[in-house]
Amino acid sequence: MALDLTLRVWRQSSPQDPGRFETYEAKDINEDSSFLELLDVVNEQLIEEGKEPIAFDHDCREGICGSCGVVINGRPHGPAGHTTTCQLHMRHFKTGDTITVEPWRASAFPVIKDLVVDRSALDGIVQSGGYITAPTGAARDANSILVPKTASDTAMDAAECIGCGACVAACPNGAAQLFTAAKVSHLNLLPQGQPERWSRVTQMVDTMEDYFGSCTNYGECEAACPKAISIDFIAMMNKDYLAAKFKDQRRQGQG
Amino acid sequence: MQPSRSEGGVRVPALRRPGMGPAMWIVEFYRSNVGKKAVMAITGIVLLAYVLLHMVGNLKLYEGASGMNAYAEWLRTLGYPALPEYGALWILRVLLAVSFVLHIHAAVSLTLTNRKARSVGYQSQRDYAAATYAARTMRYTGVIVLLFVIYHVLHFTTGHTHHDFVENDVYRNVVEGFSRWEVSGFYILANLALGLHIYHGAWSLFQSLGWNNRRFNPWRRSFAAIFTAVVVIGNISFPIAVLAGIVD
Repeated sequence: MALDLTLRVWRQSSPQDPGRFETYEAKDINEDSSFLELLDVVNEQLIEEGKEPIAFDHDCREGICGSCGVVINGRPHGPAGHTTTCQLHMRHFKTGDTITVEPWRASAFPVIKDLVVDRSALDGIVQSGGYITAPTGAARDANSILVPKTASDTAMDAAECIGCGACVAACPNGAAQLFTAAKVSHLNLLPQGQPERWSRVTQMVDTMEDYFGSCTNYGECEAACPKAISIDFIAMMNKDYLAAKFKDQRRQGQG
Repeated sequence: MQPSRSEGGVRVPALRRPGMGPAMWIVEFYRSNVGKKAVMAITGIVLLAYVLLHMVGNLKLYEGASGMNAYAEWLRTLGYPALPEYGALWILRVLLAVSFVLHIHAAVSLTLTNRKARSVGYQSQRDYAAATYAARTMRYTGVIVLLFVIYHVLHFTTGHTHHDFVENDVYRNVVEGFSRWEVSGFYILANLALGLHIYHGAWSLFQSLGWNNRRFNPWRRSFAAIFTAVVVIGNISFPIAVLAGIVD
């Protein structure tokens, strides 16, 4: 069935532009198309009318790269839950709906253009500690370091984070706790991550706090996360951060 | 302190201002948001423990004048002669005051940071997917509880807002105080606000302190719910008992 929709889309030509909503009619939209394909259709109309198309981030369009993401009717990645915008299908909407589309909002995510925001503050968090220094060899050396199955499973749950920033967009405090917790935990759980365990958590949390708000345990991030990453990881990060702050790390021979 | 990040001509503003030098580790700890949340959790535990003991102690009201006043006398002379009269009470009062100050300072400071972290809000209606009503109203219920505590101390401890206060006759002061329906009504409303506040707080503290364990996680919500129910039902039973004439 085809859908006729009204879109209210945030348009902002540059970071300096105050921005405004513009309304577009999208007619005859295939309900099996994705939300990004809806924006493609609208953009083709705009180009035909000689207008500037809507700028939005996207890459793989199969829910694994973390590039796309807009706030749809007040929910990051839309109403379906645990999906990316590219994997959100139009069958979640019905004919006659008015859909409001906004960029991620956080002071750390300034709007570059329309629905595109600068998420480099997330990169800054990873750069400050999201790495290991132990040489782990080539693929054939993978089994030379024994990793308990439970640790690798939980580390993989954390490593599912695609860094889209929906957690920040969903948080009323603009906090990046879920992203940072996922990035800290997936290394802190593994033996290869142990040498920098305490310095990693302090550096990454401190960098996070330079740009983002603080956690009030609402749980909105977990609900918005396309990968359903658990707020359990936030508790794990808090525990490591508190321990790291109370430890004399040098005397323990750990970074 | 990270510099502002820049990419494609966009500047990402840093929330924290430079200029704070190195400090003692405990001060450094409190400067971080995660540290402040831990302080809120620990002071919250102190206040939760107090609010529970306070309710349990006040059940003495149902023992009548002799029981209630004997309990008050016991509190005044707790630890005597090692401590002077009122000694234990003052130690507790200082502990509570310090907890209140830290709890409120951290809350205000974090709230201001969080406002800065989301300087431009969303235009569409906020559609909460997970946050409970209690979680979303923490700031308001917190203010209500603070105002109530101030009134409560002036009412039953110092007697300033009590219409007919008699020093050291606790039972009489409570019964007289609650015999006014507007006073009782305020106590009941304030305790409902307290209930909302501690329902989120008693769960949230586990997350803030990293007390997380898959096996026990489902119990954390139940603990918060049961703790809240016990405290709130106990507390609001006192004005209701007085108004209903069960205690007179």
